[in-house]
Amino acid sequence: MADSGNPIPQATSEGNTLRFRDDPVPDEPAVSLDAFLDQSNANSVRIEAGDDVRLLGPVLERVRLVEIDFPKFRDGRGFSSARILREMGYKGEIKATGDVLVDLVWFMRRCGFDSFAPDVPLNLEDVQASLNRYPHVYQEAADDAVPIWKLRHPELQNG
Amino acid sequence: MYKYDQYDHAMVRARVEDFRDQVRRRLAGQMTDDQFKPLRLKNGLYLQLHAYMLRVAIPYGTLNSTQMRKLAHIARTYDRGYGHFTTRQNLQYHWIKLEDAPNILGELAEVEMHAIQTSGESIRNISADHYAGAAADEIMDPRPWAETIRQMTTFMPEFSYLPRKFKIAVIAAEADRAALRWHDFALRIVKNDAGEVGFQVFAGGGMGRTPFIAYEIRPFLPTGQILSYLQAVLRVWNRHARRDNIHKQRMKILVHELGEEEFRRQVEEEFQHFLSLGEDFPQAEYDRIAAYFTPPPFEAGLPEEIDRTDPDFAVWVDQQIAAHKAPGYAIVNISLKPIQGIGGDISADQMDVVADLAERYSFDELRVAHTQNLVLPHVRKADLYAVWQSLRDAGLADANLDLVTDIIACPGLDYCTLANARSIPVAQKIADRFADPERQRDLGELKIKISGCINACGHHHAGHIGILGVDRKGTENYQLLLGGSGDETTSQAKITGPGFDEDGIVDAVERAVERYREVREPGERFLDTYRRVGMEGFKEAIYG
Repeated sequence: MADSGNPIPQATSEGNTLRFRDDPVPDEPAVSLDAFLDQSNANSVRIEAGDDVRLLGPVLERVRLVEIDFPKFRDGRGFSSARILREMGYKGEIKATGDVLVDLVWFMRRCGFDSFAPDVPLNLEDVQASLNRYPHVYQEAADDAVPIWKLRHPELQNG
Repeated sequence: MYKYDQYDHAMVRARVEDFRDQVRRRLAGQMTDDQFKPLRLKNGLYLQLHAYMLRVAIPYGTLNSTQMRKLAHIARTYDRGYGHFTTRQNLQYHWIKLEDAPNILGELAEVEMHAIQTSGESIRNISADHYAGAAADEIMDPRPWAETIRQMTTFMPEFSYLPRKFKIAVIAAEADRAALRWHDFALRIVKNDAGEVGFQVFAGGGMGRTPFIAYEIRPFLPTGQILSYLQAVLRVWNRHARRDNIHKQRMKILVHELGEEEFRRQVEEEFQHFLSLGEDFPQAEYDRIAAYFTPPPFEAGLPEEIDRTDPDFAVWVDQQIAAHKAPGYAIVNISLKPIQGIGGDISADQMDVVADLAERYSFDELRVAHTQNLVLPHVRKADLYAVWQSLRDAGLADANLDLVTDIIACPGLDYCTLANARSIPVAQKIADRFADPERQRDLGELKIKISGCINACGHHHAGHIGILGVDRKGTENYQLLLGGSGDETTSQAKITGPGFDEDGIVDAVERAVERYREVREPGERFLDTYRRVGMEGFKEAIYG
């Protein structure tokens, strides 16, 4: 495997959850987006595929966990939801739930997901294998991966 | 043309291994076909009526002789000795075994080819003007941008499960040879009043069961902002498209439901946001890619005249040659539409012949046209006779470019699980009816396009004459459409009236064509006459 300068954080597996974070697991059950916006003390929110995560903007400081649901793997709206959260500066946990395929986990990690609790638990080894498969990325996303064009132009790196 | 560097090689090789592992898990029974389906589709592998079909990407329709020979080798080794060029400039093999697919991808990777994102709900292979880099009328070669966008859109994480497929085309001329406005997202490279190069951007086109012609969403986009703009379009669509009905999830439907103005407003808002993230590729990366597309070393002082003493050759020259930007050179169109053949099909031996010709006479370059023909882009006029002789010996010298027998037809019920009717036999019967070369030339430019179901892979919406096969009470029935176009005057064909059976549709086409001959004015093509006289003038002839 070529060195992309993108080390993969070690995942831990507990129950049916695969987690790429080492902070304490938020233990409050996630509530719906509407409920979250109404309850000023809630800190875990559940995003359905059609929800607009940008509504969390004004209250982002109190969010510790965002669960993003995939009702079926064909529904890719959650990818945008996660990336938008990271673009807004959200640093807390983003958990993928529902119909999550191991072969899409790499893309999900790149969009900012850092925990996975799908309906059918993922095998940690399969996940690590699929995360290690591609040595590079062609474009930037919500992760720290350095895109190929930057590797090709080291003279621009500090520009 | 573009050369892979270590990074491109590493990514394509990783894809081969990724897919090899997925096939292994499928064959070992660790995955159901339902689970495997979305994975194989991202690699261009479809399950058809008789076997797997593998669609190989030919980015912006450009190939060299090494790649063409590899395609021939794969056809011989893993298929039945032929391949099929498609309306999106790709190549399909129709008789593939699942267990061979990873090895085929491995062979393709050796020659810098792949099948990444050639199917499934993804950003598909990018198509371009097949005369790119050679056309006398282009303002620049559009392929460096097509290649840059290919890299931008390869494995885009946020858009790994789009609502539906997403097709992009790029051209750089006034004349549209790529059916630009039938794409989801289309770019015409233009210069503004200040002389700066940018993109005229079209969005929301597509054929299928609900056809829409793309609208101009932005008259001028600075080239360096294309990734931001493209991501904005994709994000608005990805977030807001319907997800409840696969037939209403293409971007054209969202554009239609929101309205062009509102879609544009949302895209602009998201575009400003993406610009602020600073993810656009720098000019230096575009320049690196563009350097691979430096024009070949055209010789100066070559003769312009062509020796036309052989009358068969002269006929071919008049039909198959297009104007080249360099003096003394010509663009050669190779017809893959022999009268009794299957449009777009080519044998492995013919592929080798074409590869040899490209190597010897065309700076090692070949193009695939969306009309399912091939192109030798840079041939010295002095070499045309030798090229023609070789093509003739290989059965590739038909002189029917853009004529009534240069038909686009989808694979239809002979191959496809979606089809309601056969397309290929209808195309063959029409070609047979109009086989007389003099009759074809008298009729002039006339584009017939045939689809075997409403998914419109045969582009019937864009045919001067379109034919749509449907299933009516268990029998194949064909609707006739008139007035479509995929050129710079894009228009959507309209249904003439009640449908016909297989022989009836051939007669109906002939009646429409004869009506054109009766009423045409000097210099008018079929499409011009239709646009002047309208449907009524033709209906009467077709239905009596």
